Amino acid sequence: MSTATHDAAHGHDHGHDDHAHEHKPYGMMRWVGSTNHKDIGTMYLWFSFTMFLVGGVMALIIRAELFQPGLQIVRPEFFNSMTTYHGLIMVFGAIMPAFVGFANWLIPMQIGAPDMAFPRMNNLSFWLLPPAAMLLIAAQFAPGGGAGVGWTMYAPLTTQAGPAMDLTIFAVHILGMSSIMGSINIITTILNMRAPGMGLMKMPLFCWTWLITAYLLVASMPVLAGAVTMTLTDRHFGTNFFNAAGGGDPVLYQHIFWFFGHPEVYIIAIPAFGVVSQVIPAFSRKPLFGYASMVYATASIAILSFMVWAHHMYTVGMPVETQLFFMYATTLIAIPTGVKVFNWVATMWKGSLTFETPMLFALGFLFLFTLGGFTGLVLSIVPVDVQIHDTYYVVAHFHYVMVAGALFSAFAGIYFWLPKWTGRMYNETLGKWHFWLSLVFFNVTFFVQHFLGLAGMPRRVPDYALQFAEFNAISSVGAFGFGLSQLLFLYIVLKCICSGEKALDKQWEGADSIEWTMLPSPAPYHSFTTPPTIK
Amino acid sequence: MNPGQTKRTLRINRQMFVRLSFFALLMFGFGYAMVPYYKKFCQVTGLNNLLQPDTVVSNTQVDKSRWVTLEFDANTHGMPWQFAPVQRSVRVHPGEMTQVAFEIKNNGGSTMVGQAIPSYGPKHGAPFVKKLECFCFKQQVLAAGESRQMPVQFVIDAALPASVTTLTLSYTFFEVPAADKKNASAPTVATGKAG
Repeated sequence: MSTATHDAAHGHDHGHDDHAHEHKPYGMMRWVGSTNHKDIGTMYLWFSFTMFLVGGVMALIIRAELFQPGLQIVRPEFFNSMTTYHGLIMVFGAIMPAFVGFANWLIPMQIGAPDMAFPRMNNLSFWLLPPAAMLLIAAQFAPGGGAGVGWTMYAPLTTQAGPAMDLTIFAVHILGMSSIMGSINIITTILNMRAPGMGLMKMPLFCWTWLITAYLLVASMPVLAGAVTMTLTDRHFGTNFFNAAGGGDPVLYQHIFWFFGHPEVYIIAIPAFGVVSQVIPAFSRKPLFGYASMVYATASIAILSFMVWAHHMYTVGMPVETQLFFMYATTLIAIPTGVKVFNWVATMWKGSLTFETPMLFALGFLFLFTLGGFTGLVLSIVPVDVQIHDTYYVVAHFHYVMVAGALFSAFAGIYFWLPKWTGRMYNETLGKWHFWLSLVFFNVTFFVQHFLGLAGMPRRVPDYALQFAEFNAISSVGAFGFGLSQLLFLYIVLKCICSGEKALDKQWEGADSIEWTMLPSPAPYHSFTTPPTIK
Repeated sequence: MNPGQTKRTLRINRQMFVRLSFFALLMFGFGYAMVPYYKKFCQVTGLNNLLQPDTVVSNTQVDKSRWVTLEFDANTHGMPWQFAPVQRSVRVHPGEMTQVAFEIKNNGGSTMVGQAIPSYGPKHGAPFVKKLECFCFKQQVLAAGESRQMPVQFVIDAALPASVTTLTLSYTFFEVPAADKKNASAPTVATGKAG
């Protein structure tokens, strides 16, 4: 079987040289052996959406249990497993692959390259994901159930958890390998394969944000791999990295994990910034305000993200000087982030604005991400954080930046580039419905969680005190509404692919990057096989 | 592979692949390098030195004006050892050198090595309990059925805030995994140097 795959991939490669541009292989092998950046981008996006539904069902199980105080629906162990795998699947299975999908589709088209630098490695990066996802799902059926250790996988709980933990660790290893290979591919493509005349500072901002993100991934993913490898050897091979009795320290795990974990937050957020930086200028019919400052702000955020990790651990018993250092470093990140928000707003200033679905999602992103950024600032202050650490305030904060930030930006990007990808337009009315339903239900779900957190409701607990009942009921209703609204999104995308109206080559009047100005819609299977000349 | 790629692009792409892969490997190593670095950092800053004797400022005065109750707690983690303090609690003056004892017995059928890890409550009282000698400074080896009485010598720092009147010192014995057994019969830390 593997030989057959190899041969098919081989023949496919030669096919590129010999045949006309529109030649593409048919059937399953087109996808299994694909080295085409557009096919791989499509697979990433569909994989990500599938995982989004899986992680979403897990979220709904959590919210169903929390609808009322007391234990009604699931056992506490299963609840813990749901919070764990909801986090892991959404972060590593849904959001990250979604933006890698964007990167695959767009980077070669935006810099005028024929494909990614390493097309076969690209294929491998994608096909590592389904096995990893299967391991995460299989972990639910391991003896003792899924590992209810939280997505952060803190020792010493992980060193004592059941066999599901090993499956989870291997899944993280595989996901890490996939991300590192994907990042190497992206960095090499951007640095080496730009069309003549496409200087680094002429690239669309989306490419810049991915270049920076890819460096963050190469630097931080191996550290996570190290942390989970240490957990694995502690569990099975008698090492004592995190075992206090053998001279180790569980707090060390938290340091190593968050050294990865904080850059990870920006790995998710920065490509989202990139998408929004393409969408807002297009619908403002003005170039992006402060392009250079956007690049420098993104780079500063990336560098600072390696110096703030301990703000996740204010309560582990650090000396006050250390807490102060991390507090100041964290608040410093507000400056480059503020520069970005200012630039987006200034881009819209005096622009000829129209509010199609991508723009609505970008504005939703802008407003709600900034709100999530503000609660992040609140959490960065040590004396405040000590009070609300591990409460629903934190849950609300990171869902504002992950869902209303990254996910809304991904929706904006999908609506924006769907005409280019499929050659067909989505239904604008339904798209707007999708936006408004998502916006309303998102806030119904998560805004009230701020109040729950401030009142002291702890996260990751399946039951709660009676005083939290009303807000939890509201939040659960919102969560189900939000979840169902996403089925509308699936319908819109399928309808667009099957029977959407024909899209124009330059569907959006204000879009100015070369995938719009130089390529037809849908983008041909092989684009820029001879490099374009960029003026 | 791609028609647009020249030989030169392929070569520089490959170079870049090698460099970035090397960087990723380096970062994997960095994760491991954090382990000794963290240990050193804790040692230098005096954070987390649970298993070493504390030093006491030399001119400590005994504060006869107040009493502090120190309660003892003893646990084992998944070991067939019986472990208990000889006295449940003591009342002492801050600054007063005190010695108490704990008893352990190995009820298991074979020789085992255990390590006790101390823990304090309330958290903000922890830095004021200064242990000068403790069985937790070294691993304990007990043959099947063997029992032992072990001393803990401590001083409560006179700088203890007046609001703290009761402190708890809790120990948990963990089994030392086979791979990490040090020469347990000899003390791993010289207990004489402190105080």
